[in-house]
Amino acid sequence: MGKLATIARRTFLIGSAAVAGGVAFGVYQAKKTLPNPLKEDAPAGAAVFNPWVLIDAQGITLIAPHTDLGQGVRSMQAALIAEELDVDLNQVRVTPGAPSAAYYNTATADESVPFLSTDDSWQADAARGAVGTVIRMLGMQVTGGSTAVPDSFVKLRQAGAMARETLKLAASEQSGVPVAQLKTAQGAVLLPDGRKLPYTQLAARAAQLKPVQDVPLRPPEQWRLLGKPMQRVDVLDKSTGRLKYGIDLAMDGMLIAAVRLNPHNGAPLKRFDAKAAEGMRGVKKVLPVTSGVAVVADNTWRAFKAAEAVDCEWADAPYPANQADHWKAVADTFGNDGRLDKVWRNDGDVDAFTGATNPHTITAEYRAPYLAHAPLEPLAAVVKVSPERVDVWVSHQIPRVAQQKVAAIVGQPESQVHLHNQYSGGSFGHRLEFDHVTLAAEVAKQMPGVPIKLVFRREEDFAHDYPRQIGMARGRGAVDGGQVQALGLDIATVSSSASQFGRMGQAMPGPDGQIAAGAWNMAYALPHCRVRAYRVPELAPTSSWRSVGASTAGFFAESFMDELVHAAGADPLAERLRLARDERSRQLLQLLGRMCDWKGAKPAPGVGRGVAFVTSFGVPCAQVVEVRRLPEGIRIENVWVAVDVGPVIDPVNFENLVQGGVVWALGHAMNCEITYEGGKAQQSNFHAFTGMRLNQCPAIHVQALAGTAKIRGVGEPPVPPAAPALANAIFAATGQRIREMPFAKHIDFV
Amino acid sequence: MKLIVNGRPHEVDVEPEMPLLWVLRDELGITGPKYGCGIAFCGACTVHIDGAPVRSCAMPVGQVEGEVTTIEGLGQPEALHAVQKAWVDLQVAQCGYCQSGQIMTAASLLQTTPSPTDEEIDNALAANLCRCGTYPRIRAAVKQAAKNLKGA
Repeated sequence: MGKLATIARRTFLIGSAAVAGGVAFGVYQAKKTLPNPLKEDAPAGAAVFNPWVLIDAQGITLIAPHTDLGQGVRSMQAALIAEELDVDLNQVRVTPGAPSAAYYNTATADESVPFLSTDDSWQADAARGAVGTVIRMLGMQVTGGSTAVPDSFVKLRQAGAMARETLKLAASEQSGVPVAQLKTAQGAVLLPDGRKLPYTQLAARAAQLKPVQDVPLRPPEQWRLLGKPMQRVDVLDKSTGRLKYGIDLAMDGMLIAAVRLNPHNGAPLKRFDAKAAEGMRGVKKVLPVTSGVAVVADNTWRAFKAAEAVDCEWADAPYPANQADHWKAVADTFGNDGRLDKVWRNDGDVDAFTGATNPHTITAEYRAPYLAHAPLEPLAAVVKVSPERVDVWVSHQIPRVAQQKVAAIVGQPESQVHLHNQYSGGSFGHRLEFDHVTLAAEVAKQMPGVPIKLVFRREEDFAHDYPRQIGMARGRGAVDGGQVQALGLDIATVSSSASQFGRMGQAMPGPDGQIAAGAWNMAYALPHCRVRAYRVPELAPTSSWRSVGASTAGFFAESFMDELVHAAGADPLAERLRLARDERSRQLLQLLGRMCDWKGAKPAPGVGRGVAFVTSFGVPCAQVVEVRRLPEGIRIENVWVAVDVGPVIDPVNFENLVQGGVVWALGHAMNCEITYEGGKAQQSNFHAFTGMRLNQCPAIHVQALAGTAKIRGVGEPPVPPAAPALANAIFAATGQRIREMPFAKHIDFV
Repeated sequence: MKLIVNGRPHEVDVEPEMPLLWVLRDELGITGPKYGCGIAFCGACTVHIDGAPVRSCAMPVGQVEGEVTTIEGLGQPEALHAVQKAWVDLQVAQCGYCQSGQIMTAASLLQTTPSPTDEEIDNALAANLCRCGTYPRIRAAVKQAAKNLKGA
């Protein structure tokens, strides 16, 4: 029933967003029909069925508003529409469209409420509905939180189905053949006599019709595209160097801007002397901008060189200058009741069960450092300011907010700011930030009529990355009778969400759900379990890093769980299975055991296996990492991943994304940290922050749990379990328990 | 200054110390080679000079001797190089930003080592960073390309 209600709700929203007025939820703002961004711009004779499909005599365009950061969502969104519209992906143009409130994300609500994402109770659904309404009111078009698939899964197929049925109605009117006798395939309506009426020729007539609504969606067994391997729409261009990223754009009269910003992130420039830079070849202008200077030149390398030649004096950092003081600030937060953000779980009585008199009480402390996002394409944006129009070419995860910021800087109404969202060379959360867009706008405003491409040097990108939250955890638990009985975990991190909301000019109401995400919702039925989140006062500014809070809290929780399992003398997989609190979790762990042929944590001499199971973004994901102890160090040989993600839209892209998530997590857990000295990030380029390279990459075996779980996204959930599973495997192989990332500080890897 | 890129001669008026990468991207509009680090550590800028892989971000254009080949010159959609075909068939790319460099490094590896071992693949391709983590598919695609080249 819950599922039906969800579909009904989303079905309605499509209608309201596109064509019909509304009667939803009894909330005034939610009743308003959002503007259809295609209607204003649509050429005469074009049929705009809803904000996702545009057909005219020239062709069929599908709008894929979620930003493609490499995760393949442009293809995914197109495939969902194409499945019901009966077109092939090579017949259509796919564009990200203009940013619009109509593309508000229906799925981000799931992660914003204090219920397990796997909790389908009516209370949880009701809370999600309320938050969803807020997001809709804000017109929050956001790509993030692994929400693109759940946001799109119903509404884009619905969009395709509505368009198809309306085209059939137009064909029926034109041919006199009843709709029931019409079929559709490959972008055309098929008449019983074999004639084909291409959609493009029906568009003008269809535009005059009231769109057909309430079209039932096809059951999965009828799918042509979904669930089967697909060729991504971008793969050919990405394999031949033809795909243009934002940083590749060129246009007539364009100049390049490079910035030199205060390396004390967020602090201002005190004064500068640009004499040396101004005399350099190709340099057109040196301009002060927020927190630094911009050099405008005719070539990127010349702009970079000149920016380095500017003599700058910087104000001090608004946070502790040195790393030791950051750690001290984190540690000092524990036990400070004023900093207690929320008690997320409190089952039984952890304090009573782990008292000083219990000889089986275990304690441990863990650390997770700041980490840069460092997507391989550095930040870049092109902005052109004209008298009554501003154009912005950038890849951005929250394009409407970027648009608002540009409008405020150039002093033009938002409606005159046209943002052309680009494919990005990775993001991992980095393109939720705005500096590249706002700085480009600051420069372009001072040079009207000139397209300004602002490119961050890699070193500037690292210095202003807004890294992952820094955090620590303290565990206190107990075992008895060969079983884990009590697990208490206090987690203290800065709030990356609050830091990020602050840069959008918004306060974050209530507790930060990310501090303990992946820990409090561990799917174990423990007699005594308490998870408390402490919010560390803001230090260096931080932001969402692939899998956000669960990347730290998941590491803390599953590392400590493993210590308790070991203390109990139990098997790491068997004990987790015993504790699993629901059937789906048991099935997932059983699948994992079968995949790796589990025979304990030490299957052979010198080989260790570690288990971890973390639920993030509504997706339970369990992993086994297998390492071999060699004389030169630890080698990761295999990773098995079992994930409960619901229907898989494209099994090839699914496997690729899950493997990538594991590589991301392991590479950073082994090798990476951002530390501050003198207020500056010490790691300035990939020589000091490399993630994983191919020679360290294990074989990664991936399976989705079959069955009927709610559909979810998989960009982030494979990340959190990998680091603790690796630490647990190293313990199994060596007896050395590593409680701090990066692990390479404590052990060598080969 | 004269430069031959993808078989075509070009005349450029730039400082000899300007890295080849920026001559290709900003002066000639050839954007397949990417800027990732500027210090020859990520490999996104990899091109061939007379068939050998070179990090164009750290190669002053004044020191270039020989013909430059970029990903655009390796093969195009209608005539893919065997390595590119394997990359498409196995759908290696996620964001794709590193893949020009990965493909150029793989193509030159297979030129000199037609049947690379796992270790040889690891050693050659470890020079190219992929932040999306497509390494399992990169390994498989190099092997597939080697097989295709032998069959050809």
